[in-house]
Amino acid sequence: MGVSGTPRSVIQVSGIRKTYGTTVAVSEVSFEVSEGEVFGLIGPNGAGKTTTMECVEGVRRPDRGDISILGLNPFRDVYQVQNRIGVQLQQAQLQKRIKVWEAVDLWASLYSKSVDAARLLEQLGLADSRNAWFMTLSGGQKQRLFIALALINDPEVVFLDELTTGLDPQSRRAIWDLVRGIRDRGKTVFMTTHLMEEAERLCDRVAIIEHGKIIDMGRPEELVGRHCPARTVVLATANALAEERFRAIPQVETVVRQGSQFTIRGLGEEFVSEVIQCLSENRIRVTDFRTMLPNLEDVFLKLTGHSIRD
Amino acid sequence: MLHGLWKLTWLEIKIFLREPLGAFGSIILPVLVFVVVGRFMGGRFPSRSIATSEFVRVGLPVFVSVLIALSGVLSLVTIVSIYREGGILKRLRATPLRPQTILTAHVLVKLVLTAVTMALSVLAGKRYYPINMDVPIFGFTMALLISTWSILSIGFVIASIVPTARFAQPIGAAILYPMIALSGLFVPLPSLPPALQALARVLPLTYAVSLLQGILKGEAWWAHRGDVAALTLVFVICTALSAKVFRWE
Repeated sequence: MGVSGTPRSVIQVSGIRKTYGTTVAVSEVSFEVSEGEVFGLIGPNGAGKTTTMECVEGVRRPDRGDISILGLNPFRDVYQVQNRIGVQLQQAQLQKRIKVWEAVDLWASLYSKSVDAARLLEQLGLADSRNAWFMTLSGGQKQRLFIALALINDPEVVFLDELTTGLDPQSRRAIWDLVRGIRDRGKTVFMTTHLMEEAERLCDRVAIIEHGKIIDMGRPEELVGRHCPARTVVLATANALAEERFRAIPQVETVVRQGSQFTIRGLGEEFVSEVIQCLSENRIRVTDFRTMLPNLEDVFLKLTGHSIRD
Repeated sequence: MLHGLWKLTWLEIKIFLREPLGAFGSIILPVLVFVVVGRFMGGRFPSRSIATSEFVRVGLPVFVSVLIALSGVLSLVTIVSIYREGGILKRLRATPLRPQTILTAHVLVKLVLTAVTMALSVLAGKRYYPINMDVPIFGFTMALLISTWSILSIGFVIASIVPTARFAQPIGAAILYPMIALSGLFVPLPSLPPALQALARVLPLTYAVSLLQGILKGEAWWAHRGDVAALTLVFVICTALSAKVFRWE
């Protein structure tokens, strides 16, 4: 579709709005997702992430606005769309006593093409549980099964809604590896999360959503650079002249000294290199050196005035 | 449109039979009760008064059929609300499965289980009850299907409006079971007070019982066209209604 070199846009959302009674869940939300990228919608619970995602999946119809996915209309062509996408829903369940292989087998039969079920279960570490009932699976196993169901039809776009919510850190990391695997297979991934670490590790591009509105969008490092340009270096040195030297670093904002420890704050991506250069030029010996870089969590705090966990 | 229907139906039957009380409660227990009652009565049915034998010949089979159909509908209402509450309906719906396929599969599961229960009851009952095997089995089955279909559509309206799975069973029972009392099974309609007669006339079960009894007695379908029309009307209205108000989550 696009000019070669420009990634094809697979999801286009423009100006969607969705209300439930008097509550505005999503308002004027617009974005595009390109082929092969991992796009994350991030924000606190209740911000409108799931509603937006479900509109794109064709499960929920917005009051206003246009959505196009794979060049199709998710409402008019709902079955065609669902045949080509893979979906993992937030807080979904299966029949308590359905066996793992039965679920995968049923799903495989619903789509016009499917990947090898046994191999998929193997890849997701579910081969040993293939005869287990859904109700006996652990949280991590359930999520891996839902990922299997989302991948069984070799989809072009995969939707992952709050994939790791409620999982322990170890299962969470295992799931993250799986998502990277999905991406490496060239799939487009559209995910939501309220975990900033998850977004930073997985997403090529994120949109921050709050109160149903997208407040900013871009690559994670782009957003950090735009909203939280400050960098902090913490180091320890016994050099008596150090403080003076640090204050002379270009872009430096503050230097705070506590005994032999210095906390140096400055602006710009070059700031850390400048500190290092200053240390080497002045032959300042340090016994500790740490950088504290702002992350999406800080961006969110800056943009909304509150932490995402509040 | 029925893509995936057979697979889903078969799967749901297997899943149902895995429930702790699944097969036992819905198939074995009713048959067992039937047999125990039969043994207990020890062939004392025949040669009683004409009224008794009339009840055994016509009333009892209709009563049992209606009861099984009602409990089938009730358990369907419960399953649908459990599936909705657990997000299972939503998950199934986010696939190329058509919504009507998902619901049809559940109806088929209930129909199959009900048919098995009834067939076993008839087979077991042959030993103990003076069952007249000359009854129009095919006609009665058709009448039962029409009746069940109609009651089922009411069940879907109930399933659409019950707030949570916990309320599905009691609310459904409270709506469906009282209909039996006024259905003409135990008390003939003409002997009811006028107000109750009027109420009975708007309850679909009344028409179901009239149709089932009539067909079992060997009466012509034409004589019961009013019953069939009433049951069809209920089906059409309730299906349209549940299509409007049914919630998937």
